[in-house]
Amino acid sequence: MQKRISTLPFTDTPEQHQKLLDVIERLKGQKGAVMPALQEAQDIYGYLPIEVQKEIARGLDVSLEEVYGVSTFYSQFSLTPKGKYHISICLGTACYVKGADKVLDRLIAKLGIQAEECTADGKFSLTACRCIGACGLAPVLTVNDDVYGRLAPEDVDTILAKYE
Amino acid sequence: MFRSNVLVCGGTGCTSSNSEAIIEKLHEEINAKGLEKEVNVVRTGCFGLCALGPIMIVYPEGAFYSMVKPEDIPEIVEEHLLKGRLVKRLLYKETVVDDSTTKSLNQTAFYEKQMRIALRNCGVINPEVIDEYIALDGYQAIGKILTEKISPEQVIQTMLDSGLRGRGGAGFPTGMKWKFAAANAADQKYVCCNADEGDPGAFMDRSILEGDPHSVIEAMTIAGYAIGATQGYIYIRAEYPIAVKRLQIAINQAREYGLLGKNIFDSGFDFDLELRLGAGAFVCGEETALMTSIEGKRGEPRCRPPFPAVKGLFQKPTVLNNVETYANIPQIFLHGAEWFRSIGTEKSAGTKVFALGGKINNTGLVEVPMGTTLRTVVEEIGGGIPGDHYFKAAQTGGPSGGCIPASLIDTPIDYDSLLAIGSMMGSGGLIVMDETTCMVDIAKFFLEFTVDESCGKCTPCRVGTKRLLEILDKITSGKGTLEDIDKLEELCYYIKENSLCGLGQTAPNPVLSTLKFFRDEYIAHVTEHRCPAGACKALTNYVVIADKCKGCTLCARNCPVGAISGTVKQPHVIDTNKCIKCGVCMDKCKFNAIEKR
Repeated sequence: MQKRISTLPFTDTPEQHQKLLDVIERLKGQKGAVMPALQEAQDIYGYLPIEVQKEIARGLDVSLEEVYGVSTFYSQFSLTPKGKYHISICLGTACYVKGADKVLDRLIAKLGIQAEECTADGKFSLTACRCIGACGLAPVLTVNDDVYGRLAPEDVDTILAKYE
Repeated sequence: MFRSNVLVCGGTGCTSSNSEAIIEKLHEEINAKGLEKEVNVVRTGCFGLCALGPIMIVYPEGAFYSMVKPEDIPEIVEEHLLKGRLVKRLLYKETVVDDSTTKSLNQTAFYEKQMRIALRNCGVINPEVIDEYIALDGYQAIGKILTEKISPEQVIQTMLDSGLRGRGGAGFPTGMKWKFAAANAADQKYVCCNADEGDPGAFMDRSILEGDPHSVIEAMTIAGYAIGATQGYIYIRAEYPIAVKRLQIAINQAREYGLLGKNIFDSGFDFDLELRLGAGAFVCGEETALMTSIEGKRGEPRCRPPFPAVKGLFQKPTVLNNVETYANIPQIFLHGAEWFRSIGTEKSAGTKVFALGGKINNTGLVEVPMGTTLRTVVEEIGGGIPGDHYFKAAQTGGPSGGCIPASLIDTPIDYDSLLAIGSMMGSGGLIVMDETTCMVDIAKFFLEFTVDESCGKCTPCRVGTKRLLEILDKITSGKGTLEDIDKLEELCYYIKENSLCGLGQTAPNPVLSTLKFFRDEYIAHVTEHRCPAGACKALTNYVVIADKCKGCTLCARNCPVGAISGTVKQPHVIDTNKCIKCGVCMDKCKFNAIEKR
């Protein structure tokens, strides 16, 4: 899959940086450490900026090419920052058949961003995800940890209003 | 001793519809009434009837409450748990016979035709308590094998005799896999479990892991004993947080009880398990890609042979089975290969779990004997199609599978019958579609998926699927030609024959099967520039019928892009250049004044 790469400047706090160094220290020398390192780094920063990937490559003593190869291979790894409210709309088959694409269109129209993007104010980010497994509630979207099911396109307005 | 047990579904479906809040409220109300020593609240795995979630069931009465809200809980506790009167308004209507009698859930249309082997404990036990699994004969199969000193050869023979075939999709005989791996001598061997359920719209494996994780652990231990492996890995999607958590709890408990680790049942046999989280790559469902991913690399498949039974994980002989396959295994050893073989059809023994979804009333999880017809699953168990719509086709096997049209609704569901009509069993996703679903659009939907998920290693898949998608795009936007359809078909066969792994080899299936059964729809897109189902946006326009429009302005107020104009009490007009064809206006109009053309 073609990954969108963030053009926003990367900000790093000393606490975040220390956490990252701790993770690298712990995983250093283990077989197959790149994936868990990226998973934990994403938990720290919310996404995987190139600066962080370089740090991981240096720390684990593997090439940046290998790290970048893994981070761009798996869909769970994000190279763009997430908004304060991260909206994830399921486009699995069950949701699609029940009109999830129309819900996505409404989200795009309302937020003014495409999937895998973040609004300029950093408030909302949008992603079209694979099945979250709640097919009984199709179509489904999540905003951070809140789940909204059995959606119609116009429900988007009321949902977004809750987070405005 | 509790006089009442309240089972609340804690599967992902019901958790998403807020069953956690219900459990919390139950505890609160039960404590307030001082019933905490009399009433037991259990968080179980999936009951299957996800469409009615959140679900709870109260024993001993077996009262089945559906779509329960937290505000209903005080009434249930007061009336049912305290006074012993059922709360009729919340009972699942299928279980209500008349005013004074209810029938058991197992007699309802949804459950009656089902047979639960892999799902037997889901929705019955608390998956986070190992004793509940043990109480239902859990760990008896491995106990019997190890204490009665049944030889690994005999274990493999039982597997061969049972006729169990891989439930991940391809249907390879499980016993054969074990036999090959056992035959290869090595200093270390591995047992792996594929819990990377990538088919969008399928959630069988997740429900088993959430509802009955120990059955998988027990089966993997049996596999380890049979092939001579001491270490196992479960590769599970990180997107399944509840399953990951319960599996980890289950592994820890099994270790505590000595059912994993050194010297299990004092037999001298050692076996342990580890979890490995996937990071979202469909191709990692392919066995060689999965193993590469466990090794921490890009999950790209590699050529076979050598097969995993010879050189698998870390270059050692490896057995890899799917979650549902494992969940059947302890039962085979408890009841015998003959018993298992007697269920299902001659060549497809046992049952199959399906995740029913799409345009069907009872969405959820069902387990039926192999050979059950699609009609039984859709019309009886699934409760038919909602609204005034009718059954058009069912899609099985996800992005690797195909569709079964209404004319073949009496096809028995087993490996060979589905292959014969150009579909496949797949892992068990079964998506029902009605006449509003465009088959060309569905083929395009699956191709978008495979283009995204193609790992890029081999050219037929990487470039071929992209070209397929381009042609489909052309057709669904009304720019296709009849030659495009022929080209599409030719390319499909080329990709099937030349791709490296299962992903590419099966990627054209959604196109081929829709071409086979719905060629007229493709032709209508091309020659008439018309989408018969009215689903393809480029080929449909929303139009206001001036005679019917009362000028209520409701449509204009709901249009997200301001494409509708008009004055009050005058017929409105839709600007087709601005319209994004979301259909909100048509849904909102109370006078049926908006039409799709």
